[in-house]
Amino acid sequence: MSAIPIIQTKALSKQFDKFTAVNNLDLTVFKGDVFGFLGPNGAGKSTTIRMLMGLIFPSSGSIEIFEKELKDNREFILGNIGAIIEKPDFYNYLTAIENLEILNKLQAIRLSNSKLYEVLELVGLKGREKSKVKTFSQGMKQRLGFAQALMHNPALIILDEPTNGLDPQGVKDVRELILKLNKEEGKTILISSHILSEIEIICNRMIIIQKGSKVVAGNVNDLLNYNELHVSIEFEDDSHVARFIKEHELLNKKLIEVVHHRYHFNLLSNEVAMINKIFIDNGFAVKALVPVRSLEDYFLNMT
Amino acid sequence: MLFFNLVQTELYKIFRKGRSYIGFGAIAFIVIVIQIALFVDGESYLELGTQSLKDAFTFQGNLLNGYLSVFIILTSLWVHIPFLIALVAGDLIAGEAAAGTLRMLLIRPISRTQIICAKFLAILIYVLAIVVFMAAISLCTGLLIFGEGDLFVMKDILYIFESNDALWRILASFVFSFLSMSTVAALAFMLSAIVDSSLGPIIMTMSIIIVFMIVSSIDLSIFRAVKPFMFTTYMGAWRAFFSDPVEWQKIYTAAIALTSHIFIFLGFTIWHFKRKDILT
Repeated sequence: MSAIPIIQTKALSKQFDKFTAVNNLDLTVFKGDVFGFLGPNGAGKSTTIRMLMGLIFPSSGSIEIFEKELKDNREFILGNIGAIIEKPDFYNYLTAIENLEILNKLQAIRLSNSKLYEVLELVGLKGREKSKVKTFSQGMKQRLGFAQALMHNPALIILDEPTNGLDPQGVKDVRELILKLNKEEGKTILISSHILSEIEIICNRMIIIQKGSKVVAGNVNDLLNYNELHVSIEFEDDSHVARFIKEHELLNKKLIEVVHHRYHFNLLSNEVAMINKIFIDNGFAVKALVPVRSLEDYFLNMT
Repeated sequence: MLFFNLVQTELYKIFRKGRSYIGFGAIAFIVIVIQIALFVDGESYLELGTQSLKDAFTFQGNLLNGYLSVFIILTSLWVHIPFLIALVAGDLIAGEAAAGTLRMLLIRPISRTQIICAKFLAILIYVLAIVVFMAAISLCTGLLIFGEGDLFVMKDILYIFESNDALWRILASFVFSFLSMSTVAALAFMLSAIVDSSLGPIIMTMSIIIVFMIVSSIDLSIFRAVKPFMFTTYMGAWRAFFSDPVEWQKIYTAAIALTSHIFIFLGFTIWHFKRKDILT
């Protein structure tokens, strides 16, 4: 990756009366990154994104985007960013295409109407261009949100919880779109989420924040430590499994907990197949073997 | 160019909303109801107004004419029109904040000052449309039903304006009404920038106007001291056009006071909005 910083915050803080939403946050997103911005609900992700988009004014600290101070270069910077901030809201009494036409008129360079139709097709809203937004589902509004964020071909795309409200196919489409925009068009993308697996799949770098402060930041592969896995195993019949594990030295050592007949193990990546074989060889039919990694678990490991 | 586009989109949004037409509908309804009422019972209304003068004067010609009906409409409607204006102006920013579209607007490469100025210009155009509509419908229906005639206006003394002298005074009153209604719009717009709920600015605007009007109507020395600072004091100055000679000084003073209020309200709106955290 190139080392040109696209977003750089230094000691960024936001105070609402006595509540500190963001606390001395240093954040750097480089050109070409798909950057994951992780944290549980209420961690300060949306507040940070709103500060990056000039919707909220920082209490202290600085924001540089495209190597320019945001407060002095707001119009230039916003002209080169496409964003979805929380849930995408539109003028419900207007159609999808009318909404895009309105937003299109507010850009320095105006696109043709045919280009707007193309963008709607790209996000899967072909045929619904002239439907009023009030008839749209949350997923369709999310797609329209993508359309308005992408229509001006911005260099930086900021997506706040972009898969909210989408069905599984929609989630998959969004992931593919993000990867395509990054790989084929070289877009720098910042995605906020509270779902670690989402970030794992598409991001190369990430930061985790909690209570407005950085917990950890770096390369996704380094941080998630793929050598160690948390695996949940479910059996066709587990009536004798617990006793077997207790008597087996390795299994007993690796077992973390049993939740609703699911046996959770902490394994090294080369131990997964071996453990599976031990159970099968001893007559225990494995029904499911699922890697588990929740953000909460990760936090527990980090602290 | 970008600012022009912004004004255009704001007008487009205003005129695509159903609530923007409530004002036009209400004005049309009230004007027609008043005209019909005058048509049915206008003579007895006129009889009542001229009763004390009948002993000293002989009235000839068409007293109940189109100009008189417009004058009656002007007198009775200027209290109600502010509510219709506030309904749209109060929704311009707060409505977008409540709907979440404000953040969609503010992440575009336009300054907040430009957004405020464009929205304000759009609401002034809307106010102008309302006033022009009111003038057109009341004059057209009035002249159509009652025809032309001399205008009798009873103030401290009785004024009689010849038919050809009445029209310009009526039109000038509508121009002045535009200034008054623009002040109401500026107040509702300012409150719209402060509050994030859609109904709040509308209710607050009407509350302020009602309180100011009550204070204006009670002749106590303590209220007399604050009256010059209340914009409602100047909103009725259009009546000065119906004096002979016209009370220009009164009109100039009122126009300056109302214009000052508009700039103060707009200035505060820009100042506040430029510093506001958008949390909706």
